[in-house]
Amino acid sequence: MVRRTLRPPFTIPQLVISMEKLEYHFSTPSIKPAVGAVICGVVGSGNLEVLVRPADTAASCTIEIKTSARGFGNIWQAVLAEFISQHAVGGTHIAINDMGATPAVVTLRLGQAIRQYAGDLR
Amino acid sequence: MNQTDTPKVWDTRKRGRQRRLERAANLGLSPQIRQEHITQLLQTVIEPGDRVCLEGNNQKQADFLADSLAASDPQQLHHLHMVQSVLALPSHLDLFENGIASRLDFSFSGPQGARLARLVQDKQIEIGAIHTYLELFGRYFTDLTPNVCLIAAQAADAAGNLYTGPNTEDTPAIVEATAFHSGIVIAQVNERMDTLPRVDIPADWVDFTVVAPRPNYIEPLFTRDPAQITEVQILMAMMAIKGIYAEYGVQRLNHGIGFDTAAIELLLPTYATELGLKGKICTHWALNPHPTLIPAIESGCVQSIHSFGSEVGMENYIAARPDVFFTGRDGSMRSNRAFSQTAGLYACDMFIGSTLQIDLAGNSSTATTGRITGFGGAPNMGSDPHGRRHASAAWLKAGREAAGPDAIRGRKLVVQIVETFREHMTPVFVEELDAWQLKASMDAELPPIMIYGDDVTHIVTEEGIANLLLCRSAEERAQAIRGVAGFTPVGMARDRCMVENLRDRGVVRRPEDLGIDPRLATRDLLAARSVKDLVRWSGELYAPPSRFRNW
Repeated sequence: MVRRTLRPPFTIPQLVISMEKLEYHFSTPSIKPAVGAVICGVVGSGNLEVLVRPADTAASCTIEIKTSARGFGNIWQAVLAEFISQHAVGGTHIAINDMGATPAVVTLRLGQAIRQYAGDLR
Repeated sequence: MNQTDTPKVWDTRKRGRQRRLERAANLGLSPQIRQEHITQLLQTVIEPGDRVCLEGNNQKQADFLADSLAASDPQQLHHLHMVQSVLALPSHLDLFENGIASRLDFSFSGPQGARLARLVQDKQIEIGAIHTYLELFGRYFTDLTPNVCLIAAQAADAAGNLYTGPNTEDTPAIVEATAFHSGIVIAQVNERMDTLPRVDIPADWVDFTVVAPRPNYIEPLFTRDPAQITEVQILMAMMAIKGIYAEYGVQRLNHGIGFDTAAIELLLPTYATELGLKGKICTHWALNPHPTLIPAIESGCVQSIHSFGSEVGMENYIAARPDVFFTGRDGSMRSNRAFSQTAGLYACDMFIGSTLQIDLAGNSSTATTGRITGFGGAPNMGSDPHGRRHASAAWLKAGREAAGPDAIRGRKLVVQIVETFREHMTPVFVEELDAWQLKASMDAELPPIMIYGDDVTHIVTEEGIANLLLCRSAEERAQAIRGVAGFTPVGMARDRCMVENLRDRGVVRRPEDLGIDPRLATRDLLAARSVKDLVRWSGELYAPPSRFRNW
């Protein structure tokens, strides 16, 4: 998978400073990975990048978010809780780099990433 | 009153017209007016207090005549009552700022919405009413008949016959109302020709023609670049096709102008055809010539399209598909906004489009605080006409879902398709529409609601479809709407138990209830993924405007 070049609308230091970091932990049955790690989506306006990699904790999942849209912690919490209720993702660490994606895009992208990670490519 | 008083005069309008024409003739202003004399002509034939119709809608604009009227002397022309479909150009509002016009009846003001709101608040403009297109045309023939109309055509011949070309649009309705009630018709044209390709407006309905210094402006409003269609829009399109188009067998319809419906158009030759729906849905349209419909037309999914106006770049493609589009003997399209709106109102089984806000009753509005944008045609398309009497499978099914097997009438399907959040995480679902604030700040009689909740039959979001026809109470309706409102505050405040009950009854349906895997909603499903693809599908007949060319 090739990393695409990110062209932020302002300089990188500003971008980093304005990012909000969020972290969530969920208990969830473990998932059986088919691949080592996956990256799904791109960091572009209204979009996000989801990186899934294995973690030692079989029955839980850590989700780390870096987002340019500050102040939406409660919505992230709700979106992720809904996602976890529908997917077993224990034993993973999920990193999200977000540029203001809507909950619909976040849900879709998470679903695609987990599907790739589990090798369910149909 | 004594019968010996002065005899009753029955031709004041005719005499008024004669008086104006004589004034023009005395100044040597001939029917083929020169550009430099146009403002003088307007000041001569228009009188203070006149009702003036300025042609312009979301597509073509009589922009030269608008500029010329705005340049006239407010000492001579003042207190004009403007009646017009759309306020789109700065000159439309200059008329009011310059003190030439004072009253306005209109339909839509998209790009000038914020400036219009300021003028209303500063009391520089008095709004009669905001209409739909058909309503406004209807009033041209009742109490808002113009004294003078200023219109746009492609070409005129020496006699004054007009050729409008594909963008006929509002012209016939405006000219008929004016010419047949002793008004004066002034047309700007792009060129004079010895012989016109066809006559759209006959010469004896037209008083003056002027060649404009530049071709009249036309906005390519209906061109959507497939490259910008998102996976979420594709998911919603899949749900709409499988959960609504297929289930009701929708054959006659109108689409809004957004990317959501463009996605549906681009799934017709792929996803819908794989579902075996070709020929069963989407065969007859009241629609502008959307470039994103080219793949469906080329794939044989579409039988006919009647259009409100044309679309820049589609002319040659349309001319080459006369079985599908309405074209003249000359080969070019003839559009007609009034007739296409009538088709959309009475002859279509479905309207589907997007919006900016939806409340818990299903009322939908594109008005936001500080902007008066109006409606255009959406409330016509997006309403259930009680004057309809003919039946169709889709109309009957919807009617029976709402009122049971003994329903005495059907229902038009009125579908709102929206992602739950817009850009900048603005929720589409709200407890109260901004329209109410706008009503208060504008001192208006009604909130500017685009589609009434009791006309809306379905709401499609990324979370699922709410079928409001099946709701049996206001409470059920509100919970069905909350049930597809996603993670918006309105959605999160749902009664989960009640929403699950509604889901059991098929009132709320999730993608999985429809047999749709959201993860399969990828851009690979689009029949065209770029404007270039559309050009290829058209056999190089579609010539997109330069702003849509990136190759």
